[in-house]
Order: sequence, then C-alpha cells, then structure tokens
Amino acid sequence: MVERPRRRLLPFDPWHLFLAPLSVLMLLPMVWMVVTSLETEAQTFHFPPILWPGTLRFENYVSVIRQSAFGTWFWNTTVVTVAIVVSNIVLCTLASYAFARVRFLGRGVVYFLLLATLMVPIQVVLIPTFLIVKELRLLDHLGALIVPHLASVFGIFMLTQFFRTLPVELEEAARIDGASRLSVLLRIVVPLSLPALATLAVIQFMWTWNEFLWPLVTILTNQGAFTLQLGLATFQGSHQTQWHYVAAANIMSMLPMLILFLVAQRYFVRGIATQGLKG
Amino acid sequence: MAGVGFDGVTKVYPGPVVAVDDLTLEVADGEFLILVGPSGCGKSTALRMVAGLERISAGTIAIGDRIVNDVPPKDRDIAMVFQNYALYPHMTVEKNLAFGLRRRRTPRDEVRRRVSEIAGMLGLEDLLGRRPGQLSGGQRQRVAMGRALVREPAVFLLDEPLSNLDAKLRVEMRAELKRLQDRLGITTIYVTHDQVEAMTLGERIAVLADGVLQQVGSPQDVYDHPRNVFVAGFIGSPPMNLLRGKATGGRVVAGDLELEDTHVPDGDVLVGIRPEDLHPAGDDHPGPRLEVRVDVIEPLGDEVLVHGSVEADDADTRKGIDDGTLLAPTTSDRGTVRLRLPPRERPRPGSTLRVGVAPDEVHVFDEATGLAVRTR
Repeated sequence: MVERPRRRLLPFDPWHLFLAPLSVLMLLPMVWMVVTSLETEAQTFHFPPILWPGTLRFENYVSVIRQSAFGTWFWNTTVVTVAIVVSNIVLCTLASYAFARVRFLGRGVVYFLLLATLMVPIQVVLIPTFLIVKELRLLDHLGALIVPHLASVFGIFMLTQFFRTLPVELEEAARIDGASRLSVLLRIVVPLSLPALATLAVIQFMWTWNEFLWPLVTILTNQGAFTLQLGLATFQGSHQTQWHYVAAANIMSMLPMLILFLVAQRYFVRGIATQGLKG
Repeated sequence: MAGVGFDGVTKVYPGPVVAVDDLTLEVADGEFLILVGPSGCGKSTALRMVAGLERISAGTIAIGDRIVNDVPPKDRDIAMVFQNYALYPHMTVEKNLAFGLRRRRTPRDEVRRRVSEIAGMLGLEDLLGRRPGQLSGGQRQRVAMGRALVREPAVFLLDEPLSNLDAKLRVEMRAELKRLQDRLGITTIYVTHDQVEAMTLGERIAVLADGVLQQVGSPQDVYDHPRNVFVAGFIGSPPMNLLRGKATGGRVVAGDLELEDTHVPDGDVLVGIRPEDLHPAGDDHPGPRLEVRVDVIEPLGDEVLVHGSVEADDADTRKGIDDGTLLAPTTSDRGTVRLRLPPRERPRPGSTLRVGVAPDEVHVFDEATGLAVRTR
C-alpha cells in the first residue's frame, strides 16, 4: 500500500495544538518561582500574583547565600550525590552483569527476591534502616545519607535488563580474543551501555539531590550535615514563610540538575550495540 | 599449527536435548574441514565446543596434543568468525583488529605491523579509521575474518560466515576464503548449512544430522558414494531423486524402472538417481528407463531444470530433512523427479518425457535402515 499524501490544513502537526498549551501550563510554576525569587517580600503576597516583576533584583539570592549556610548545604548535597551516583554505577554494573551473564546457583531466586523488595514501601523499611544506621554510628553524619544507598535495586534491575539485550556474541568474541570476564565487562559491555548508565546516573542524581525524608530522619541536630533540601525547609517556619528566599534558594538548588540533564542528554540517543553485527 | 580431535564428544542440553551425539572426528593439521548439515543438526554446537563457548557433556576435544575440555577460550589458540560477525561496534576497524593482540600484551610495534599486514591482505587499509556501523556487509565480513586471522591462531573456526552476504558477494568471498586458507594453511573448521559451500570449499566434509555424524570424506566422494539416504538427499542441489521400490531375486523395480543387480538383498528399497544422470532416451536405450510427466521447467541459462513425476511411490524419506534445502515433494501419489537438461531442450509442461539412466549410476538404499546397499 502506498500512503496517500494527506492534504495538510496546518503547517505543523495537529498534536501541537494540544501539546503547546500543555507545555505552557507545565512551565507556569517554574516561571512563577523565577518571578518570586526576584520579588520583594511584600510583592510575593500581592494578589492577584504578579507574573512579571518589572525590575530584576537579585538581592534575594545574595541574602540566601549570605544569611544561611547555603554553601555548606550545597557542598554536603554534592558530596552525598556524587558518592551515591558513582557507587551505584560501579556496584549496579557489577551486580547486573552477574545477573545477566554469569550462571550461578540460585541466580533466578536471588534476582526475584531483589526485585520483590521494590514493592516494599519506603515507610516500612524506614525504621529498620534507621536502626541499622544508628548501630553503625552514622547518625548525624553524611555517611547516614550515603551508606544505605550505595547500590539500588532499581539500578540493578535496569542494567540487568539492558545487559541482556546486548548481543552475547560480542562477549564471546572478546573472550576468544583473550579478554577476562572483567575485561569483557569494562571494554565491551560498559562502553556499549553508556546510554543506560547515563540514564541511571541522572535518575539516581535526581533522587538523591531531591531526597528530603531520609535526611530529615537521620540528620538530627548536626546543622553542618544539612543537605539542600533540609536547608530549604528552614525557610519555611510554622508561622511564616519567606517565599522570596525559598524561591531563590530553590532555583539555585535546581541548577546542577538542569546542567546535568543538558550534558547527559546526548547519551540518551539510541545505543550502538548492534552495529557490529550483520548489515 | 595443530589438528583438532573429537573423541566421543557429546553435548546434552537440559531437557534433555542431545545436540551432539558421540562425535568422533579427526581434523588434520592444516586441513580445511566443512561441518555441514541442516539447521539444528548440532554443527554449530560442535564448533562452539572447540571454541570453548559450550561445555562438553562427554568425550574429549584435543587441539594438537592437548585435551582442551577445561581450557578457557582465550588459552586455546583459536580464532572464530561468527555468523553475525560480532564486531565491537564502539571501536574502529583498526581497534577491532588489534583487540586480541592487545589483550595478549603484544608489543605496540608488532600490533601495528600485523594489523597493517592483515589489512593489506584483506583490502581494509582505507577502512581502518571507520567503525563497524559505517561498513557494508561485505566489509564487515572481511573485518571479522581479519580480526580472527591477525592473531595467527592454530585453529580457525568459522560459523556460517557467508550466510549474511548477498549471492554475488558470497561467491566472491568463497573464492577469497579458499585462497586465504591455501596461503596461510591454518587448520580450519567451517560450519555451513549450504551444501554448495560445503562442496566447493572443503578438502573434506563431515555431514551431520540430529547430532550424529553421517559421513566424512572428500566432497566428491560424499557426492558420489553417499552412505545413507540422508546424505544422498542433503548433498547435491537439486537433491537426488528417491523412488520407493522393491528388490526381489536380484531385480530392483520402482514404477516402470527396472534394474538387474544380484548384490541387492530382497526387501523394500529406495532407488536414488542424481538429476544429472537422467537423460532423454529412446526405446533402444539399453539401461533402466522412466516415463516422466513434465510439470514445470526452470530454464537457468546454462541448463534447464525439469520438475516432473513418475509412476512410483514417492519416497517419504524427507521427513526431518531441512525443507530449505530440499524442494518439497508434490502432493500426488506419483513420485517426484527432477532432471537437468541442456539449455536448448525445453519439454512442454504436461508432455511425457522418456528418460534413461546408466545402470551404474543408480543408487539403492535399504528403506528400513536408510543405508546404501549400492552406490555408483
């Protein structure tokens, strides 16, 4: 069947009529936050809300940095996030490769049990994990935020499924070529898995960077170990909230994630793993 | 350099499925051996066991004097070309070629020398900087061969390396492969389901079916003297005509074909005649004759292929034989017969053709065992 050329009424896809307003709607909170971060405290309570500030004043940003421990929070969050992302990449890769390719007794059962833990809500394991961290004497330290998340079941699941899609002949060829298991993993599997690894890194980065509940539970009194999300919460009191500071701090805390996403975006393109095969 | 010895090699997959059954076979040093058989006959499994990619359930495989059952692939001094080439997609051609040498800690200068040598031999010089994704099928195929040859292995294993190429390229690569092997003299085991490749490439061919070795010999020997019905039907294209018949008191009868042979024991038999051994014949033809009703003719340029039927029960021996290799029998109760005629002879479909065969070109197989009781 030859597709009949459709006469186009619009110079663009009709879906855009639906999607364009939707994206404006999605962007609105962001715009509001940016605007709020540039306003004075009085302006933030104006009704109806002002959607264009008139003048650009960055004093809120300066105040947040000067008056709070923003730098410390940012540094703490960076340390925790980088540690978790790196260790997740390393540990999940090793575990996933074993699940995907190494035959060992009980592989299926262990994998199934591991996946089953994904169905357990965080609230259920919160207290047991807290107790373990307490036993490890990590409470009130950044270690409390890092250690429980060094590897993630989600990461293992995602990478295992990805590794299984790689052509096994590539690994067999490498083994015949003289590569050890580890060498096959590092020189063949990992380079071909960059899209999956980049995805895992970004997801893990996002989760860790935005994590609020776990730091809230484990960082009790040590203000020096506050993360950004804990810090941001200090602007919100029970009686009044300094919205202009909240907005400015939020925007600064979002920047690394936006940058990461833009940088990693090019890795999200389709993988090249099958290009060495028959053509 | 080394030969390869299979001694009672068996591979059983969980199920249990016996993929290779008690395979005993010697591949001489420097020999080009073809493992041929229909898909699922265990030929690839046998090759993968030599490579060390499959564990051996029973028996031993030796490379040279060394039994390699428990030797990891990298220490077997073998190289393999995969059906889908399995080139490393993230590396350039040069790095693909050098990968094995690098893993073996070959000095850099030596790596460079050997890579450029093999690239020259295979005409890959201009492609060294490209990645597999930027190559054509034929180029990928050559890179895959280069990657295997560059290590100068003792044994070269090829798993249907030409099956992904188009027909023209396949003929070219077939010749190139043969030249390479002649020149390098590396012991080679070549797996294929294509009996043309088997006939043209190998010094010897080993025919496998259902994991069992059927016959080993030079291509011509296997073609001329098939040991059993399977080999007779599998080697040769179009396949040997097989007609059901009866042997009594030194006379073999299948439809209107009659043959005197006192060596054939009494019983049900299958009479086999190669398509090229049937020739149009007059009433004065001294040997066995057949009346063929012409169904379809296929002019191929250099010859005409005639598909017809004869008055005889078609041999129902094609079960289990690769459908892709054998043409499907017609549905009537008449026996199907194919014959080759010179290019100008084109009988009309529906007409009757009287053909004859020289008595010593008739094969006879015992129907119960499938074994040959008479070959030419």
